[in-house]
Amino acid sequence: MDEFNRILEQTLAEFIAPTTAAYAMAAIGLNLHFGYTGLLNMGQAGFMLLGAYGFGIATMAGLPFPVAILVALAAGTVFALILGMPTLQLRGDYLAIVTISAAEIIRWIGRSTWLQEWTGGASGLQGRDYKDSFHATSPLGDGRMALGPLEYINTGSDSWWTRIFAWGLVALVLLFVWLITRSPWGRVLKGIREDEDAVRALGKNVYAYKMQALVLGGAIGALGGVLYALPLAIAPDAMSRTMTFFVWTVMLLGGAATVFGPVLGSMVFFAAYMLMRTGMRAVADNTGIGDVITTSNVEQIGGMLVGVTLMLLVIFRPQGILGNKRELAFNAH
Amino acid sequence: MPTDESITTTPESVADTAAAAAVAPVTTHHQQVLAKLATVDHVPGAAKPDAIITADHVTRRFGGMTAVDVDHLEVQEGAITALIGPNGAGKTTFFNLLTGFDRPNQGSWTFQGRSLSGKSAAAVAKIGVVRTFQLTKALSRLTVLQNMLLASTHNPGENLWLSWLPFTWQKHEKAATEKAMEILARFKLDTKASDFAGSLSGGQRKLLEMARALMTDPTVIMLDEPMAGVNPALVQSLLGHIQALRDEGMTVLFVEHDMHAVRHISDWVVVMAEGRIVAEGPPASVMRDQAVVDAYLGAHHDTDLGDDSLLDPKILARLEAEEEKR
Ligand SMILES: Nc1ncnc2c1ncn2[C@@H]1O[C@H](COP(=O)(O)OP(=O)(O)O)[C@@H](O)[C@H]1O
Ligand SMILES: [Mg+2]
Repeated sequence: MDEFNRILEQTLAEFIAPTTAAYAMAAIGLNLHFGYTGLLNMGQAGFMLLGAYGFGIATMAGLPFPVAILVALAAGTVFALILGMPTLQLRGDYLAIVTISAAEIIRWIGRSTWLQEWTGGASGLQGRDYKDSFHATSPLGDGRMALGPLEYINTGSDSWWTRIFAWGLVALVLLFVWLITRSPWGRVLKGIREDEDAVRALGKNVYAYKMQALVLGGAIGALGGVLYALPLAIAPDAMSRTMTFFVWTVMLLGGAATVFGPVLGSMVFFAAYMLMRTGMRAVADNTGIGDVITTSNVEQIGGMLVGVTLMLLVIFRPQGILGNKRELAFNAH
Repeated sequence: MPTDESITTTPESVADTAAAAAVAPVTTHHQQVLAKLATVDHVPGAAKPDAIITADHVTRRFGGMTAVDVDHLEVQEGAITALIGPNGAGKTTFFNLLTGFDRPNQGSWTFQGRSLSGKSAAAVAKIGVVRTFQLTKALSRLTVLQNMLLASTHNPGENLWLSWLPFTWQKHEKAATEKAMEILARFKLDTKASDFAGSLSGGQRKLLEMARALMTDPTVIMLDEPMAGVNPALVQSLLGHIQALRDEGMTVLFVEHDMHAVRHISDWVVVMAEGRIVAEGPPASVMRDQAVVDAYLGAHHDTDLGDDSLLDPKILARLEAEEEKR
């Protein structure tokens, strides 16, 4: 029974975990790309990693916390411009190929020895190198606080302040994205998603709109990278293809082109992922199945099941949790 | 609107037109257009009194095949010009070139005297030349009304910097919605305003695409097979709409296979075959042209196509007389 409660607690904790917020943020950005505009960004982890580096390195260079955040946003913006300029005039698949390779390039540069002084090479940047200025922004002071079964320190890496800040930023960005996507600007994006030639024929500069969506979603992705780095460290190998794949799952699970989809998707995804892994571990430890599914296999099986979930989702409920079924009827054209 | 001083008709043809006007139920604008076209030679590439679009030496090759090879074409302002020709004649490709959706191997074209060649599709539309597509491009997961509003021009809310401040664009949006509903009502789509465009029938999508193009207040509207797939009951009113656009002063260039429709509404017909313009003239005389019958109608030519009942006999007689003068 104790074990059962522990599993539930860990699952519950995932709903408000900073990492959940980080993925929600990255998925909000990806939703602008794919959900609203139809852009295939297969390298959102590259934007996140670049955002994390931008934030971490700027902080280490002595810049104040808000400025370091702006540096992260600028890094995402520049990356989007560089990727978008040659590809957004071409067919959609080109962007997919370019983003997937560019994200890998960022990671390889990050873990190489040339910029080791700044990026920490393969081992990355330690949290203590860049977190002080963030912790200094906390109004909560020292001590611990419990809310129901959830108990964390007030200020620090895995703290209430990290959670409040991360979710506060997600709420702010969500409000902004909600406002812009329900506007005529958002309508142009949706038009481009449906058929960009039709939008061109109405006199709209499709390239400029696609670029705006790519930059905005990329900058939001970079912000997601900052949120990801705040409770952890900046490790290039932790922010790679698997991360992109999880962000896609989160976005599609919640429902592409819905406002709350990315947030709900992230919460449901990480809670279910935690429940699955802790549950499997408990089963492996306590039953005969342990001979087949050993504790050390749980991570691999978990990752595999995420893949299966993504496939089932795309096949059987492509509109996600919040998507509109009626709208979906015209998906296939 | 064409101006009077640009009319270069002979005294006889003016008198002819006046006589025709006395019996034909046409508007003043239409009369003027017909009078001007009456002076035009019935030859490919003929000069027009008020050419709004002029194309020169436009060539487009796909591999070894020449899809478009238009030496010279002028489109009369304020008229309904039909572009006809067998499948694969290059009509759609020519439309794509004129509207910036494709790039030619060579050639140039102008709109109102300004060069359009090399301009992007969006720039062409902004200048006032708006087209529809043979394969309809209804934006499926937008509602019918959203399709229309998307076409509204100069919408401040389409600027990212203003988009999150609804008070900056709500007024424009409201006016655009009223205008959209008016146009939709004309096309009998107003009851579908909140349906997804993807739920419309093929014919309704054609109508929506045309209605959407009209939202931009174009100077020239280019329709690629606007009647294809449209419910026959609606075709008649669609033809009426196109005529009304002409009577409001809009220039219409359309591709169509339905010869009845072409005869019924066009003021001028341009015939393409194998990429070239092979004939030009008023509908009645063009359809009697042996080159056209050979190139276009071929074995499918039936006497029905020669039915003159849709045209005023007096105008027809005049056109025939002119044909004989050549
Ligand atoms: N993108 C393309 N690539 C290769 N051939 C094309 C392309 N577009 C059109 N064509 C060819 O050009 C010719 C003219 O086509 P099109 O302009 O569609 O004719 P129409 O509209 O008069 O029926 C056809 O033979 C067609 O197969
Ligand atoms: Mg065609």
